[in-house]
This record gives sequence, C-alpha cells and structure tokens, in this order.
Amino acid sequence: MADTFQLEIVTPSRLLVKDAAEEAQIPGLSGYLGILPGHAPLITELAVGVITYKASGATHTLSVAWGFAEVLQDKVTILAETAERPQEIDVERAQKAKDRAEQRLKSSDPQVDFTRAEGALQRAETRLNVAKEK
Amino acid sequence: MANVLDIRRRIRSVVNTRQITKAMKTVSAAKLRRAQESALAARPYSQMLTNVLKSLVSRADIYDPLTGLPRHPLLAERPEKNILLIVVTGDKGLAGAFNTNILKMVSKFIQSKPDENIDVECIGRKGRDFMRRRYPLAPEKASAGGATGVSPVQPGTEVAPPRAGRVQIVGEYVGVLGKVEHNFAATLSESVIARYTRGEIDAVYILFNEFKSVIAQRLVAERLLPIKEIGEVDVHMVEEPSEEERKKRIEAAKSAHVGLRPVDTSAVDEAAARFGTSPVDYIYEQPPDQLFEGILSKYIGIQIFHALLESVAAEHAARMTAMDAATINASDMIDSLTLVMNRARQAKITKEIIEIVSGAAAQ
Repeated sequence: MADTFQLEIVTPSRLLVKDAAEEAQIPGLSGYLGILPGHAPLITELAVGVITYKASGATHTLSVAWGFAEVLQDKVTILAETAERPQEIDVERAQKAKDRAEQRLKSSDPQVDFTRAEGALQRAETRLNVAKEK
Repeated sequence: MANVLDIRRRIRSVVNTRQITKAMKTVSAAKLRRAQESALAARPYSQMLTNVLKSLVSRADIYDPLTGLPRHPLLAERPEKNILLIVVTGDKGLAGAFNTNILKMVSKFIQSKPDENIDVECIGRKGRDFMRRRYPLAPEKASAGGATGVSPVQPGTEVAPPRAGRVQIVGEYVGVLGKVEHNFAATLSESVIARYTRGEIDAVYILFNEFKSVIAQRLVAERLLPIKEIGEVDVHMVEEPSEEERKKRIEAAKSAHVGLRPVDTSAVDEAAARFGTSPVDYIYEQPPDQLFEGILSKYIGIQIFHALLESVAAEHAARMTAMDAATINASDMIDSLTLVMNRARQAKITKEIIEIVSGAAAQ
C-alpha cells in the first residue's frame, strides 16, 4: 500500500491544489472525515468548514464553502465552490461579513432570510479561523 | 486644391488616431488571451460537476417509474407562459457590432414569443441601456429606484406581482464583467432557481456570444431551465457570423498573434470524465437524490458562469477585430492623404515655376 494519495482541489476558477498527501481531513455534510491512503471509495457533499491535509511533512489548511468530494483508494478529488488558502483570505472582508450577518440574526425584521444569514455567518467565521493559521 | 499645410495637419491627426487604435488592439489581444485562460481554468470544475451529475442520474430516482416523467422540478417541462431571458452584453463599446448583434437577436427572440410574458435580466451596461429605452422596469424594481445589484429573493410571494408590460426588466448588472466572479453567477442562479421553483417563471433562456475560439464563435440563445439533458446545451436560436466577418477576425487574430484554434482540452476532459464514475461501489454519505439535488442547482450557476466567461472573451475578440480594421483604415487614409498632399505640393511648385518662367519671358 502506498503511503500517500493524490489530492486535488478544484474550484470554478482554477485547480487549487494538486499534491501527494499523507492524510487529509475534510468537512463532510454529516461530519468531518479523516482520510488515509487506501480509504474505501466514497462520495460526499461538503459543508462549510476547514480542509487540512499533510503533504511531505507539512500541514496545510484551507477554508471551503460547499463542495463535493470523491474519495478513491489512491486519489481524493474535491470540488469546492469556494476554497481559499489562509494567505488569500481577506480578513477585513470576512470580519465585516461576520458583523453584518450577526446584526441580521439579531434583528427581528421579518424580511431577513435567516438561513442565508446563518450561512453567511458560518462562512465568515470559518474564513477568520483559517486566516489565523497563517 | 487644398492647402499643403492643412493636409499635413490632417495626416498628423490620422497618425495619432492610428496609434490609439493600434494600442487598443494590443490591449484587447492581451485581455482576450487572459479571458481564454480563465475559461480554460474553469473547465475541470464544470466538467467534473457535469460528469458526476450524469452518473447520479442513473442512481437517483429522478424519473417517476409510472409515468416516465422527471420528478425533479428543474427537469420537468411545463407550458411556457412566463419566460426569463438573461441577456449578456458588454459594458463598453468600441467593439464593432458585438453589442448590436446581441441586441438584434434579443429583439428577434422577443418577437418569436409574441404571447408569452418575458422578464429580462441584463448583464452589461450596453444591454441595459438598450433595454431601458424600450421596455419598462418591473414594478417593484421601479419603486426601488431601479437599484442595481442582486435583489434579495423574498420567499412566500406566491401571488403573481403586477407587470409593467409584457416585456419588463427585472434585473440589471453593470460592472460585473471586468472580472467575472463565480460568486456572482452562483448568486444569480440561486435567485433564478428560486423564482423557477416558485412558478413565477416557466423557462429560463440565456442569450450570449458563445466563444469556443477565434474562428468558432456565434450568438446563441440557450435554454437553461428546464434542463433537457444534463451535459448537453439546449440551443434554441443560433446566429453564425458572416463569412466576411469571420475572415476579418482571422486577420486580426493573426496580426495580434492570438491562437486561432481552440486550446486542446482533451487531457483535462479525460481526467474529469473519471471523476465520480469509477467502476467501484461508492459509499454515499448522503442519499444520491440529495446529492443530485445539491449539484443540480450548482450546475445552473456553472452554466451562467461559463456564458459570462465566453461572452467576455468574445467581447475582447470583437474589440480586437474592430480595432484592427480601424488601424487598417487609418493606414489607408494616411496613404491616400499623402498622395493628395504630394500632388498639391507638386502643383504648387509647378505653378511657381510657370510664374517665374512667364515673368522672365515677359521682360
């Protein structure tokens, strides 16, 4: 059994990661999944969260919001609608988005779409957390 | 006979104009190259998404076993009474007939559906200006002062809102084409899908300039919803460029050193084709139906994203062609003006000699 697997992270605008990883953790919709080489084939939707993977000894972190992953024995492909490395995250923007979402959730305006605001809050918080890893 | 000095001034002005058009052509060529690259970079994602969706079709219970009709609302056909038309034009002019051609086709499209209500979403300033002159804004939009940007979807508005006319403008997006963001396409598609599932609209068309390469581009009206077949574009209306136009494009591309052929994508496509379709028994973390549902809505966003990317590439190509033609015309004009100027100068000299000679003879 090989001790690494091919990891690819693809976003609508580009191929973000193509690396040989030793292990990875991905935010499945029903909970985080830890993946080691030789994992059973699996397909899952991704939630908003953090992907961490280890490649040649170093640990990398990325934030994702909605995606889709295919796990094969020697290959993991992740389609992410948005995925960012810590250094790419615009902290200021994320902070603003977080404040805005919090305000919306607090207000009692019936116009507010709570599911959307909650999603926005979650995304912003994940981004901020990942940005700290820099 | 015109004054030599005047002609010289004129020539200088045309030379200056030629410099500008030449520079604009070079800039457009560079932008075109970048646009082509980003279209290429978007390919793996969209191919993978499409492929996994196709493979899920067989696993999820998408078709009703009794009637054979699709269960999912985004796949089901219903009589088209209210249509949403997304028009993609450019934000800027000086691109030859690029915007005009699109808008001509919009008029044709609207004429071809004389009995249906048509809502229009305009992407690009040129299209917005054109539509605004002809059609009213939708009532709720007009009262909001014609605000631009993504309008929030209000759930629960089941009653059909009053219409400003058979054809009305429901959305305007200006300045999103400079840097096409997937986020924008995703937000737009979400709002479109919401309106579609609520039954406000029965079909969604997108009209844009398709761009596969410099030599393979055309105007198309595609139907986004309902989805006829996944992975297939449902082209409703096409307009191919004229032979003359095509020749001009090839000339312009050659002189700007832009590749004519579409970039080879077979390697990317092949890799993408394997995604989610390996001959193994997958563990599905979620039921296939749910996965299908989630991906299907993203699929529409990707299609809009692609249309935008292609339209941007086509716009730069059109501008490059137009500026190439302008540069050639300016050169022609300089040549003919130089000829006129030399003739005038010659005539002046001849006249002076005659005057001197006849003056000498008279003495």
